[in-house]
Amino acid sequence: MSTTTPTTPSTAPRRVVIDPVSRVEGHGKITLLLDAQGRVEQARLHIVEFRGFEAFIVGRPYWEVPVMVQRLCGICPVSHHLAASKALDQALGIHSVPRTAEVVRRLMHYGQVMQSHALHFFHLSSPDLLLGFDSEATQRNILGVAAAHPDIARQGVLLRKFGQEVIRVTSGKRVHGTGSVPGGVNRQPTREERDALTAQVPQMLDWCERAVELAATLHAQAPGLYGHFGAIRSGWMSLVGPGGAMELYDGPLRVRDAQGTLLHDGVPVHNYLDLIEEAVEPWTYMKFPYLRAQGREAGWYRVGPLARVNNCSHIPSPRAEAQRQRFVAHGPVQGTLAYHWARMIEMLHAMEVIAELLQDEALLGGPLTAPLPAERPTHRPGVGVIEAPRGTLIHHYEIGDDDLIRWCNLIVSTTHNNHAMNASVRAVAQEYFDGRSITEGLLNRMEVAVRAYDPCLSCATHALGSMPLQVQLVDAAGQVRDSVLRHGDGRIERKDSRT
Amino acid sequence: MVPPEPSPSPAGRPLRVATVSLAGCFGCHMSLLDIDERLFTLAGHVQLDRSPLTDIKRCGPCDVGLIEGGLCNAENVEVLRAFRAQCTLLVAVGACAINGGLPALRNGLDVGTLMTEVYANNRPGLAPGSAIPNDPELPLPLARVHPLHEVVHIDLFLPGCPPSAEVIWDFLHAVVQGHIPQADPALIRYD
Repeated sequence: MSTTTPTTPSTAPRRVVIDPVSRVEGHGKITLLLDAQGRVEQARLHIVEFRGFEAFIVGRPYWEVPVMVQRLCGICPVSHHLAASKALDQALGIHSVPRTAEVVRRLMHYGQVMQSHALHFFHLSSPDLLLGFDSEATQRNILGVAAAHPDIARQGVLLRKFGQEVIRVTSGKRVHGTGSVPGGVNRQPTREERDALTAQVPQMLDWCERAVELAATLHAQAPGLYGHFGAIRSGWMSLVGPGGAMELYDGPLRVRDAQGTLLHDGVPVHNYLDLIEEAVEPWTYMKFPYLRAQGREAGWYRVGPLARVNNCSHIPSPRAEAQRQRFVAHGPVQGTLAYHWARMIEMLHAMEVIAELLQDEALLGGPLTAPLPAERPTHRPGVGVIEAPRGTLIHHYEIGDDDLIRWCNLIVSTTHNNHAMNASVRAVAQEYFDGRSITEGLLNRMEVAVRAYDPCLSCATHALGSMPLQVQLVDAAGQVRDSVLRHGDGRIERKDSRT
Repeated sequence: MVPPEPSPSPAGRPLRVATVSLAGCFGCHMSLLDIDERLFTLAGHVQLDRSPLTDIKRCGPCDVGLIEGGLCNAENVEVLRAFRAQCTLLVAVGACAINGGLPALRNGLDVGTLMTEVYANNRPGLAPGSAIPNDPELPLPLARVHPLHEVVHIDLFLPGCPPSAEVIWDFLHAVVQGHIPQADPALIRYD
């Protein structure tokens, strides 16, 4: 921060604009609103890109949709592919797909969870967690981790590879496969592909377990940091399976409040619009979902790994369940950085489920699709909900009697966490902003807070990893008082942008 | 595929490569990561410059710029021009960069109508009174999604949605060796 000079304190309210995905990369910004004493009053995360999938998909034939919508996100395309397939199953009146199709889809989905969680933890977040928030920026990437912790980096890359291979043999391609169709699937793994994956299971389970241990150790080493960094108190939403079991592919919705009390349980997904409403703010293209019963101010909640581990009654696989019991030993966990630990518990669970599904003989059986019902009502709505790696993903379509899409509504995982990300950034800003100067420590930690939820914000925008930050201090009259650009290598450049 | 020889590039130094995702989905970046453990081989020959995959950012010139995604707002155009100014070899990676891709499906529709449909118009599930976001912080959307070559000169195109990891690996291998990349026709796909 040697080139940064303190900003003159102002008695007027000020606005601090932080661009974590800089103008150069350009998908998101953060604004802090300060009161006259320079304290942080409000934090805003702006999502600056608009794509309009819900509108331009109207008029397309329904069978195109599972392949189209996965282009929302190249990081979790399988989640969109399957949520759309499940919604269209319902719309077409297919209430259960053949067992082989169910097993292939589940395998594809748990492969997706595994590869995405490995990517998130090892490729994107482990540089912060293993090398330190204030470590040398040129080393803060997966190759820097490879230099300092070669075994960990290699295991991370190979865990992701395994998940990607599960996706390839079930969907046809590692990214944007075409395996799932309304009513079932159009391909299944060969016996050879199945056996090749099965042979790797013991090694992958071992590495997943080590990854949980690594996350747990990080927390144990710095309980203050991990417990309080960006901490907020929220309720939780996720799908659950029978008996409240963790379930990532299909099930009803469950919502708990911040104390862990059940607010809603067993809510059929097609009733999601009764449960949730979305608000729009003028300063971001990402909407703000909240529980209708609680209202806009009190009804926000969190989704994703931390929500799911807190929300479920148990994890239906032994190794991950043992880790869950340790995780929630003292009640629901609210710390934002605990997302990483919960994510690794889920990766272990996903691997246990994959091991089980690979043993299921239905995987190599048939048939692959259910017959299409003969009747074709004019009004054919369908809702498909899945637990994507980053949280609850809702797809809702209506098909007309011409087989074209008439209406579409999507609530993606990152959107559910919109309010929470704003609140966590605010918590970090309040803790680290001294009201006078923009410190590099503050900039780094803002990114870390957002990254805990989803370093890519991929479905809502496309920021991945750490981008340069641009920060401006703007006074109440809209005059830029100070402007700082922090490059990714840590250099701070003061821009002469005073007007 | 034979890994690149240790002697990195004709320049005798690691190749500087910058990457960015504009109006894309990050699938092309995922395909780059799908070279798996060859990432560690690459590390000796390629220095990732400004990229969403690293914290490294240098404003100096790069040997190669890999651009995923087309152009959907004014900011995308700015970034593209900056990349053109900085990169010797500018590569359009994937369907969106080459022809607009899936996001260009909105081109047949008026962008104002689209936004009204998504953010207003008494849409079911939206709070009453919702309106189109219009804060000055938000960059202006373009009326249409454009491919990169309509705005700047593009040197090479890697087709696919996304191009496979093999295509990306072959490309980087050739450039590291100082060759003009020639994609194996068997690896070229458009899906």
